[in-house]
Amino acid sequence: MKPAPFKYLAPGTLEETADHLDEHGYDAKLLAGGQSLVPMMNFRLVQPEVLIDLNNIPGLSYIRPDDEGGVRIGAMTRHYQVERNSVIAEHLPLMHETMPHIATVQIRSRGTFGGSIAHADPSAELAAVSIALDGEFRLQSKRGERWVKANEFFVGMFTTVLEPDEILVEARFPKIPERTGWAIHEVARRSHDFAIVGVTASLTLDKKKNIQDARLVYLSVGEYPIRAVQAEGVLRGHEPSDDIFAAAADTAASRDTDPSSDIHATSDFRRHLINVLTLRALHTALERATNNGK
Amino acid sequence: MTKKYLGKPITRNEDPQLLTGQALFVDDVDLPDMLHAAFLRSDYAHAHLKSIDISAALEKPGVVAVYTADSMGDDWAPGPPLVSPPPTVKDVVFNSRRQVPLVKDKIRHVGEAIAVVIAENRYIAEDAAEDILVDLEPLEAVVDLEAALKPDCILIHDDLESNLAAQLVQNKGDYQAAREKADLIIKKHFVIERGAAAAMENRGIVADWDVKSQHLTVWDTTQAPIPIRNGLAARYGLSERQVRVIAPFIGGAFGPKMMMFYPEELVIPWAAIKLGRPVKWIEDRRENFYATTQERIQIHEAEIALTSEGRVLGISDQFLHDTGAYDPYGLTIPLNTQSHLLGVYDIPNFTSEIKVVFTNKVISTPVRGAGRPQGVYAIERLLDMAAKELGMDKVEIRKLNFIPPDAFPYEQNYIDQAFAPLIFDSGNYLPAIEKAAELIGYEQFLKVDQPRYRSEGRHVGIGIVAFPETTGVGPYEGARITIEPSGKVSVATGVGTQGQGHFTTFAQIVADQVGVNPRDVNLVTGDTAEFHWGTGTFASRGAVVAANAIHASAKAVRKKILEHASKHLGAPEGELEIEDGQVRVADIPRMSISLGELAELANPLRGAVEPGTEPGLEATAYFGPQYGATAFGVHSMILEVDVETMTVDILRYVVVEDCGTVLNPLILEGQIHGGISMGIGNSYYEKLVYDDNGQLLNASLADYLIPMATEMPYIEIEHQETPSPLNPLGSKGVGEAGAIPVPALFAQALENALSDYDLEIRETPLSPNRLYELLTSKG
Amino acid sequence: MEDLFNVSILCNGKMYERSIEPRLLLSDFLRHELDLTGTHVGCEHGVCGACTVLVDGLPVRSCLMFAVQASGHEVTTVEGLGEPDNLHPIQEAFWEAHGLQCGFCTPGFLMTLIPFLKENPKPTREDIRTAISGNICRCTGYQHIIDAVQLAAQKMSKP
Repeated sequence: MKPAPFKYLAPGTLEETADHLDEHGYDAKLLAGGQSLVPMMNFRLVQPEVLIDLNNIPGLSYIRPDDEGGVRIGAMTRHYQVERNSVIAEHLPLMHETMPHIATVQIRSRGTFGGSIAHADPSAELAAVSIALDGEFRLQSKRGERWVKANEFFVGMFTTVLEPDEILVEARFPKIPERTGWAIHEVARRSHDFAIVGVTASLTLDKKKNIQDARLVYLSVGEYPIRAVQAEGVLRGHEPSDDIFAAAADTAASRDTDPSSDIHATSDFRRHLINVLTLRALHTALERATNNGK
Repeated sequence: MTKKYLGKPITRNEDPQLLTGQALFVDDVDLPDMLHAAFLRSDYAHAHLKSIDISAALEKPGVVAVYTADSMGDDWAPGPPLVSPPPTVKDVVFNSRRQVPLVKDKIRHVGEAIAVVIAENRYIAEDAAEDILVDLEPLEAVVDLEAALKPDCILIHDDLESNLAAQLVQNKGDYQAAREKADLIIKKHFVIERGAAAAMENRGIVADWDVKSQHLTVWDTTQAPIPIRNGLAARYGLSERQVRVIAPFIGGAFGPKMMMFYPEELVIPWAAIKLGRPVKWIEDRRENFYATTQERIQIHEAEIALTSEGRVLGISDQFLHDTGAYDPYGLTIPLNTQSHLLGVYDIPNFTSEIKVVFTNKVISTPVRGAGRPQGVYAIERLLDMAAKELGMDKVEIRKLNFIPPDAFPYEQNYIDQAFAPLIFDSGNYLPAIEKAAELIGYEQFLKVDQPRYRSEGRHVGIGIVAFPETTGVGPYEGARITIEPSGKVSVATGVGTQGQGHFTTFAQIVADQVGVNPRDVNLVTGDTAEFHWGTGTFASRGAVVAANAIHASAKAVRKKILEHASKHLGAPEGELEIEDGQVRVADIPRMSISLGELAELANPLRGAVEPGTEPGLEATAYFGPQYGATAFGVHSMILEVDVETMTVDILRYVVVEDCGTVLNPLILEGQIHGGISMGIGNSYYEKLVYDDNGQLLNASLADYLIPMATEMPYIEIEHQETPSPLNPLGSKGVGEAGAIPVPALFAQALENALSDYDLEIRETPLSPNRLYELLTSKG
Repeated sequence: MEDLFNVSILCNGKMYERSIEPRLLLSDFLRHELDLTGTHVGCEHGVCGACTVLVDGLPVRSCLMFAVQASGHEVTTVEGLGEPDNLHPIQEAFWEAHGLQCGFCTPGFLMTLIPFLKENPKPTREDIRTAISGNICRCTGYQHIIDAVQLAAQKMSKP
C-alpha cells in the first residue's frame, strides 16, 4: 500500500513551520515520528496534501528538570530517549514505567512524545499518563502560544484542541508530591499490542496515611483517555482499604467510563477489566506510596 | 552403506545467501523496462457489476494500460479446476465454480479483482486505480453457513439451485447399529475456525514475454511451478517448452501459495504478452487478506457412541464447510477432516456427511493442517467429554482405543483427499503417549502440583492429545542428479521450497549415496526449465515423495559411478567404496579416481557411447507412493489462566512426534516449532472477523493476531521413529504436524485449569473476551 | 506534478545521491533505487518488522519512513553486516542454530538484534523474547531464533 502524493516541506525553524500551517491549515499534517501517521498514509486512510516534517528543527528534543522540581519534555523527544532518561526515572516514575509498554523497540526509536500526544489515539499510554501526572502542553502558532492542561487537551477520537495552525512544542509536569505511589496496568492481546483496557494511577497519602489525592486515568475505554473523577472522589480523604478500593473500582467501571465494543473486546468485558485493573493499580500504588515511591 | 549424513543435524546449505540478504525473492526480480501492476478490488462482498469507466485512470501520467474483463476478450476464462469430484463414492454432489481473472458481471467476495492498472511504478498504479469508476448494484451478502443453505437465501452462483457447493457421505461399518448397542452417547455441536496463512512474504508475479524468442518467463511465489507452467501454456496456446516458471526463494507458503490459478496468475502473464514488456505485481499485506486464500469455519454436529468401559463403538459427524465464493479446491479440506475424525483410534463404525457451502467470502483452500485440525478437534474433544462422563483418565481412554501396533496397515474403509482408500500405513501410539506423559510429568502434575496450585488460588491445567497426520500423498515427484566434471553434484527436482530446507535435506540424501559432502551438492528446486515433471510442495509430501525420488535417482547415479569406476579401476564393484568425492578400491587407497574425473571419462569427446548406456554420470528417477504415509504425534501442555484478566500463559509444552525416518532433526524441530506457533494462533489469537456484509474487519497484522516470541512457550521435543513401509527411506511428512493438535489440546488444558468452573469448550479459537463470556454466562 | 528532492544517504558506508519523490518509502528506496534487496517488505503498516534497518544506529521500520527523511543520515542494512564467505558472528549463529527457515523475516531480526546485543551482551531467553517482540516470524516459532541469539552473544563476547 503506497501513500498518495503530497507536497513535502522540511522547515528548519518553528517560525517557518507556523507560517506553513498558517498557509495550509487543514490541508497540512505535521510529521513527527511517523509511527502512527505513516501507516495511515500507506493505507490511504489519510491523504494530506501537504506534509510538514518537524524532524529538522533543532531545539525541540530535550528533557530537563525545571526550577520547581518538575520536568519539561520537548515535543520531538523520541520515546527511547524518554525511556532511558534518568531525570524521568527519578522525577516521573510512572512515565518511566510506562515507556516499555509503548508499542515495540523499533517504534520507540522514531516515535515522539509530542507526536503521540497530538495523534491522540484512545489507546495511547502517554496521553493517559500525561493526565495522571497533571501535565500541561504548550501550543505554538503564528498567533502566539498557549498552555493547555492535559486533562482538557483530548476531546474526541483522534481529536485534540489543537487548532490547524498550532504545533505542540513542549510538555511540562509538576513535581510529584511526597508519599505518592503510582501504577500502570494493562491487558493486551499480545505483549506489545494496544491495550484492551489500561489504567494509569497515582495515589498520594497524607501524613496520617489517608488518601490525600488520587488519579485514575484509563486508556482504550472511550474516545480519549478518561479520567475517573468520581472514582477519585470516592478515594479522597479516606483510609485505604479493600472496601474503599472496591468502591472506587466499581465507580470507575460503572459511572466514570462507558466503554464500547470492538472486535477485540465487548463493553462487558472491558467494564470487568476496568474493575480488575483498578484494584490491581490501587494496590500497587498504595504499596509504593507507603514506601515513599520506592 | 552407512548413513553418514542422513538423520544428522546438518546446518543448511541455503543459509549464507539468506542471511546476507542475497537470496532472490520474487520482488527482487528487476528487469529492464519493467512495468508495475495494481489491482482495483471490490469493496463489496456481493454485487452485480454494471459498468466500469477506466478513462480517467488511463489519462494519468505514467499509466500504460488499464484492463478489465472485457479487455481480455476470448482470453477471459475462469481458472481450471484443481481437483475433480471423487469418482469412487456414490451420490456425490459437486458443483465446481472457479475464480475468474477479472470480474465480468458479478462480484462474489470483498477483494475480488475488478480491473488492473499497469504503470511505470506501483505508486502511480495505485493512484490510477483510485480513479476508476465502478457502477455496481450491491446485493445482500451471504455470510452465515446455515443461513446460506436456507431455501430463501440469495444465490451466489445464479445458475445453481442453492448455495450448496458439494455434498458427500462416507460410511464405515454400521453406525446406527453401533449406536443402539452403546452405553453412552454424547452429541455435541462444534464450531471450528481456522485462519489465514499470513506468510511473511506476500504473493507476487513477474512475467516477461520475450517477443523475439517467443518465450514466457514467469517468477511466481507458487508452491507448484510445474502445473502453473502447464496451465499457462495451455491457456495462451503456447508449447510447454515456451514457458518457464520459476519459484525462487519463497518467504513462507503454508498452503495458499499452492492455489492455482489465482486471478493474478491469469492476468499478469497475459498483460506481459499483450504489452511486450515485463510486468510485476506484488501483493501488499492488505490485499493478502482479501486476495490470498485462507481457511475458515466448519460447523460440526458430532456424536460418539461408547461402552461403559470407554471403548468407542462409533463416530458420527455431519458438518458444514465454508468454501467461500468459489471452490477450486473441491473437497480436499473436508475430506482431510473426515480422514482425521477417527483420530489414531480403532473405531469400527463411522458415518459422516460433508456439506460444502458457498459464501460471499474469500476462497477457502488448505492452510497448514488443511482440514486435519478440525477432525482431530472433534474426536479429541469427544473423547475428553466421554472420559469426564465415565470418570476415566484422559490418557487411559485414549490408550484403550488406540489402533494396536499389529493392526497396520490399518484400513479405514473410506476414502481420503486423494480419492483413494484411506489406509494408515504404520503406527505405534502407546509408547508415544507414555513418553509424553512421562516428559511432562502427567501423574505428578495431577496428584501433586495441581492441588498445590489450587491451594494457592492459581488456575493451572494440563492437557494431552494424540493425533495422526496423513502425509506423503502422490501422485509422484522426480529428480535428476548429475555429477559434474568439477566433482560437484547438481540436483534438480520439480517441487519448490518455501523454507523447509529442501536444499539441505535432499543434499544429505544424495551425499550419502554418491559419497560427497552435502555442501558440494547444489540443488535447484522450483524451476520448470530445470525439471518439469511433478506437482508441487503441499500436504506434507516433500520429505516423502520428492525425497524418495531424490533417493532413487541418487542410487541410480551411484550404480553408474560404480560401473564406470569398476571398469576404470579394474576392480569388481563390490570392492569399491565412495568417500569424500573419491571412488577407491577398499584397502588399496592409491587405486582411486575422483568423481569429477569419472564424470569426464563418462562423456568422451571421441568414441561411441555403448548401446544401452547413457553419457555422463546422470540419472533421473521418479517416485510415486502406493498411498500416503501416516505420521502421528502426542502433544501435551501445562497452562495457567488468570481468571480475572483471562490471559493465558503456557508454562510447558511437550511433543513426542513420529514421522518415520528422520532426515534432519534440526530442520524437523524447526517445522514442529513453527507449526505449533500457528496452532497456538488458531487456539487463542487468530480469527478472521467478517461482518454481516461480508467485510473483513481485521485485514491487517495489527488486528489479525499472529503469535510473537512473547506468546510462545519453550517446546520440548522427543522423536520416535516408526518407519513407513511405503517408501525406501521410511520417511513420513511432518510439515503440518505442529499445527494439527493444538486447538484440541488447548481446549482440554483450559478446561482442566478451570475445572472449578465446569467449563465445556466446543469452539476454537477462543480469546480473553470469549473466555470471559463462557465463564460468566454459561452459554 | 510532484517535486523531486535530492537526497544524500550514507548506506553501509557508501554515499548515495539520488533525486526522488518525497512519498517514496525508505524500504522501497533501499530495495529498488539502491538495489539492496536484502531488506524485505512484509506489511507496510509497521507491525511485522521485516523491513527493520538501522538509522543512525537505531532499529527503525523502514516502511514508516520516507526516504527523504534519511537524507543526511546513516542507514545500515543487512548487506552491511557480512558476506556469505565472511559472515558476521550473529549470522554465523543463526546458521548454526537453524534460526531461519524461509529467511524472509531474517534481515529484520538481525538488524533489530545488532543494537540489542551491543547493549545486552548477556541476555536471558526472556530478555531476547522481549527484544524481538516487534518482529514476526511465521516459520520458526522463535525458539531457534532465541537459541541463535544466545549463541551470538557467546560468540560476540569472545575478545
